[in-house]
Amino acid sequence: MSEKATRAAYGEALAELGAVNDRVVALDADLAHATMTVTFKNAFPDRHFNAGIAEANMTGMAAGMAAMGLVPFCSTFAMFGAGRAYEQVRNSIAYPRLNVKLAMTHAGVSVGEDGGSHQCVEDLALMRAIPGMTVICPADANETRRAVFAAAEMEGPVYLRLARLASPVFEEEQPFEIGKANVLREGTDVAVFATGLMVSESLAAAQLLEEQGVSAAVINVHTIKPLDEACVTEYAKKCGRVVTVEEHSVIGGLGDAVAEALMGKVACGFQKIGVQDRFGQSGKAKEVLKEYGLTAPQIAESIRAFVK
Amino acid sequence: MNTAQLQSFCTAVRRDIINMTANAGSGHPGGSLSAVELVSAIFCTQMRVDPKNPRDPDRDRFVLSKGHAAPCYYGVLAELGFFDRAEFETFRQLHGILQGHPDMKKTPGVDASTGSLGQGVSIAVGMALAAKHMGKDTKVFTVLGDGECQEGQVWEAFMAANHYKLDNLTVVVDNNGLQIDGSNDEVMGLGDMAAKLRAFGFQTIEVSDGNDLEQVLSALGTPGQPGRPRAILAHTCKGRGVSFMEGQVGWHGKAPSEDQRRQALQELEG
Repeated sequence: MSEKATRAAYGEALAELGAVNDRVVALDADLAHATMTVTFKNAFPDRHFNAGIAEANMTGMAAGMAAMGLVPFCSTFAMFGAGRAYEQVRNSIAYPRLNVKLAMTHAGVSVGEDGGSHQCVEDLALMRAIPGMTVICPADANETRRAVFAAAEMEGPVYLRLARLASPVFEEEQPFEIGKANVLREGTDVAVFATGLMVSESLAAAQLLEEQGVSAAVINVHTIKPLDEACVTEYAKKCGRVVTVEEHSVIGGLGDAVAEALMGKVACGFQKIGVQDRFGQSGKAKEVLKEYGLTAPQIAESIRAFVK
Repeated sequence: MNTAQLQSFCTAVRRDIINMTANAGSGHPGGSLSAVELVSAIFCTQMRVDPKNPRDPDRDRFVLSKGHAAPCYYGVLAELGFFDRAEFETFRQLHGILQGHPDMKKTPGVDASTGSLGQGVSIAVGMALAAKHMGKDTKVFTVLGDGECQEGQVWEAFMAANHYKLDNLTVVVDNNGLQIDGSNDEVMGLGDMAAKLRAFGFQTIEVSDGNDLEQVLSALGTPGQPGRPRAILAHTCKGRGVSFMEGQVGWHGKAPSEDQRRQALQELEG
């Protein structure tokens, strides 16, 4: 299986989108070579605007540009775009429902070496809480491309959560519709809802579980908001046990979104796999993922213990 | 509109401010009254806008970065005919089109949702940058409070305005010297604002009395310099036009009582 970072796919998709939509512009805060908006910049130098190391102003500028009819894609690290500039996102962009796409990279602990200060594990919680915000976390490079085009197609603010780490690219391309989860693997003992890089880990975990006699369905929840409640409810009922897997805090992210959807509707066992109310830390990306229990064998073991 | 007509326009806006805040029993009369000449002169003499077509894509843009001066903004828009003055009754009321702070989705003529200080100026910079990028001759005006300039984002935006050579942007600072907890100097001194604006690359025009229409018109009429954003630092009086509100910190965010409304309106007889 080939590997590619979703941020790399984002840069390419944005350049591709720019060629067919001249209203698309990009903003960055001195991280164009990391967020990969540099790919767009190389193709359209006069449509790429650097805000300097000033995320609050970048966010406001994007709002102003959207108010003028452009379609700004605004990028920096998730920590700064969703964290530092949270209130600008909320008040300057989301409150007036402006058509800004926030494509934030280096989300989660798989940032690796830079450490906890740069590993945002709260962005899904923050963005999901904002009324009217669409929140997408693509599972691989191909899905990222589709998400970028879908985000541009819809009117209104979108948060795209992207990763630094090169991750597996699925051999089969999945359909992509905002708000519609993709069932990647059928199963009967447990429904595993995963997002972002945890989708491929969960698929690998399901394979391991099968060898141990546990049948796990795996559902790619690429859209955290609006959540595909019908799919979540259906598989929770069908399997009777639910596990959520995310490279994000277990507080406020995918796990809580799924729990909220099921609350009062479906009685089932529930386990949240994710960052357990901790900050991240430095290390090689894969070592850090292991430290936080987010590799396929660890996910399989958690699920096996839960199902048993 | 000649200066005498503009003067009456300003008086009408002041009366609107008093009525709106008194009706609502809340709101920000002090900083609304200080900005009356600035906002009125910008709308009446500088901007290409059509009250009958408030979403015209070719209109000039206005961003009230000091969003708490919404009563002043609403007064100006209503006097120009963007909406009926009867809407004043809905100011700060449930389901009203006149929110406590400007909401571009609810009020005809409002180009940006503001109120959280420091954010409007960035939006204005984005608009000016977009206009240039799109090859439009759109002019963008934004009015900030002096206390607002304590927000770091304001200076990020100023840096960007200069970096992108936004000569289609005019930043007006309503320098009334007071904020909620006291004078600017007591709360967090702003230092030499004119020097700071110049240092950030602005063509800087200082107006010693920003409530004097002649001075305001002269500043707004000063030709811009190609490749430079323009700043007008206008020294104003908080609460201007209502004797008991002038220069009083306490009138930042307090509504007049019925007696005070009567007295204020008496003082504001055209």
